[in-house]
Amino acid sequence: MDLRFTPEELAFREEVRAFIRDNLPADTRDRMKLGHPPRKEDTVRWQRILNAKGWGAYSWPKEWGGPGWTAIQKMIFLEENLMAPAPELLSFNITMLGPVLIQFGTEAQKSRYLPRAANLDDWWCQGFSEPGAGSDLASLKTAAKRDGDHYVVNGQKIWTSTAHNADWCFLLVRTDPNARKRQEGISFLLVDMKTPGITVRPIISIDGSHHLNEVFFDDVRVPVENRVHTENKGWDVAKYLLGNERTGIARLGKSRERVTAAVSMAKEVNFGGQPLVQDQVFRQRVAQLQVDMKALEITQYRVVSAYDKAKGAGKPDPLSSVLKVKGTELLQATTELAVDVSGPMATPIWAQELEALNEPDDMLEASSAGTGAYLMLRAASIYGGTNEIQKNILTKAVLGL
Amino acid sequence: MDFEPSDDQRLLVESVTRMLSDTYSFAQRKGYQALPEGYSPAVWAQFAEQGLLGLPFAEEYGGFGGTPQEVMLVMQAFGRVLVLEPFLPTVVLCGTALNVAGSDDQKSALIPAIAEGSLKMAFAHGERQARYDLTDVITTAKRGGNGWVLDGSKTVVSHGEAADKIIVSARTSGDRHDADGITLFLVDASAPGLARRGYVSRDDTRAADISLSNVSVSDADVIGGVGKGLAVIRRVVDAGIAATAGETVGAMEAMNEMTLEYSKTRVQFGQPIGTYQVVQHRMADMFMAQEQGRSMAILATMSVDNPDEAQRAHDMAMAKVGIGQAGRYVSQSAVQMHGGIGMTEEYAVGHYFRRCMVMERLFGDPAYYLNKLAAEVG
Repeated sequence: MDLRFTPEELAFREEVRAFIRDNLPADTRDRMKLGHPPRKEDTVRWQRILNAKGWGAYSWPKEWGGPGWTAIQKMIFLEENLMAPAPELLSFNITMLGPVLIQFGTEAQKSRYLPRAANLDDWWCQGFSEPGAGSDLASLKTAAKRDGDHYVVNGQKIWTSTAHNADWCFLLVRTDPNARKRQEGISFLLVDMKTPGITVRPIISIDGSHHLNEVFFDDVRVPVENRVHTENKGWDVAKYLLGNERTGIARLGKSRERVTAAVSMAKEVNFGGQPLVQDQVFRQRVAQLQVDMKALEITQYRVVSAYDKAKGAGKPDPLSSVLKVKGTELLQATTELAVDVSGPMATPIWAQELEALNEPDDMLEASSAGTGAYLMLRAASIYGGTNEIQKNILTKAVLGL
Repeated sequence: MDFEPSDDQRLLVESVTRMLSDTYSFAQRKGYQALPEGYSPAVWAQFAEQGLLGLPFAEEYGGFGGTPQEVMLVMQAFGRVLVLEPFLPTVVLCGTALNVAGSDDQKSALIPAIAEGSLKMAFAHGERQARYDLTDVITTAKRGGNGWVLDGSKTVVSHGEAADKIIVSARTSGDRHDADGITLFLVDASAPGLARRGYVSRDDTRAADISLSNVSVSDADVIGGVGKGLAVIRRVVDAGIAATAGETVGAMEAMNEMTLEYSKTRVQFGQPIGTYQVVQHRMADMFMAQEQGRSMAILATMSVDNPDEAQRAHDMAMAKVGIGQAGRYVSQSAVQMHGGIGMTEEYAVGHYFRRCMVMERLFGDPAYYLNKLAAEVG
């Protein structure tokens, strides 16, 4: 038991911090400091800079272009990247598709897709949820029927994040409608989004942004060679993918960065004749968030260090559900703090109209972006397995009920 | 970073757990509670035999050479069964004072006696008016007799009655709230002028108010230099925070296990209440609080020896808030999940609830430390 960072880990953190400071494009950093989400071009450019450095596929083994980091190093890297703040690595490519192909893909699939995914030459999206299959994912209905060396896909996916940006989609489909158990008739396909028969329709979220989509499949022909793993065993792939998704799920660096931004704004705004930052209630609220973030930080290191010890061979740690629940509660609480700091400035939407009426106004722009994040992150306790589902997982895995 | 206990640490936990499973059923504990000491001298002797009473002391003084991590693990095991013996005041609090500030003579005289179980000690710092403020000391020590003469009173001194020797803080100079001028003295419990009024605390342990009237001590009884007591007191308090954080984790584990077990056997509306999702999710929340609390106990343990005083104070404050809130949530929920039986004196869960309530207040409560952290914001 040694509860300190090793000198190597501390040096690594410095190295990451310095690289991000020296290489993150200034326009990306400025936008993100104001609280805006990264644009598509911000994400692509940053992913390529990191990939050129050998860090783009940060969680992959060396053989496939990863840096070969320990789980602790990966966590340090993610936290520094979030705190910068820099665009997050595209999770569909790096933490979802990559590990899945490395585990289940054929050699041909790996060489064809992995390097392009690492460099964001292909933008991937995740075709899992359906109108009738949310938390109950295994009830999905989108059907794939064999026709020679193709599957013919018909059905609908929903809540497909960034499908409008995507070149490719990894898709869960039902290949055996008569399977004894629902989980047994599912397969995992890789689909080119340019294939005829695919229609993407935007869903505008409550923050006004276009992030989510509906995706319709109408007689979409997918080569059989694009199936990952055995036919009807796609549920194993999906479970593996969702287990992998967990380690970075707390996004603690994001919460920290949001608190830093909120405190800094609280120095500028007036509250009863003094800067808000002087208010005792506000200070206690920040202190409480810092306590909660600290507890989560240590829990997170416990999870990843156990993962290192098990050489990644173990099953997903049930503690990762704690990371999901507590991490997303903090994402919500920290963005809520930001909105409360903005006060009346939280309501105007900073878009063309307002930009045209005003001189550059960082405070108003940051307030608007902060409100956007607050609204968007209501999704945090819904995506990736709702927090209620996480408690079901804990009930089963930890309590054995 | 490495959170796994070493093989030696695993063995330590196993042997302590085995001993406690023989000696510390809830029924046995009730028996100890009824003894005049309020704990079991026989179990205390077993602690000595196992080397636990020498845990944090250097081997040259008959100690075990253990680190804060071993203390945390042992305290966790103690928390699981609600140990009543004066381990915290003797070994952790007074032990820390001796370790960080004791003279060679003091160490050689006291530590071997603690380790073999023949010496019990108490740490008498708190005063009624001080609440949690460590600098607020009215008790005085003035030059006189064969060294110093102490006058004043100390309140809620854990195991103050059982102690053979007591470490007492007193003001040798300065005003009521001054950081400088507080001195620690080693006082014999039988010293003329020292009177103890013992009582039962809410956690079933015994505590005492201690009055000092013209109590004579010598220069050799000063621990850590005249007027330099506060830095030592801070180390003692931090060691206490780390140890009770570990104990709280053990108590939370026990309460969560008890609650789970109860949820499987208690049948209402024709099925065990553990089959109801609302009960399951509450237990999932209790588990999450336990694990976040464990992380805070780890934080306290890794910070307790940090020589950077400001950083240590910051981290200990964080840990104290986190563990206190976790213990409160789990213990309140455990009583709630048990329903009526949880309200009874005969059932264990309420005793865990009360111990958590007491620990939350030892060395300062979450509101006190949150306020300190709030002062750093900006």
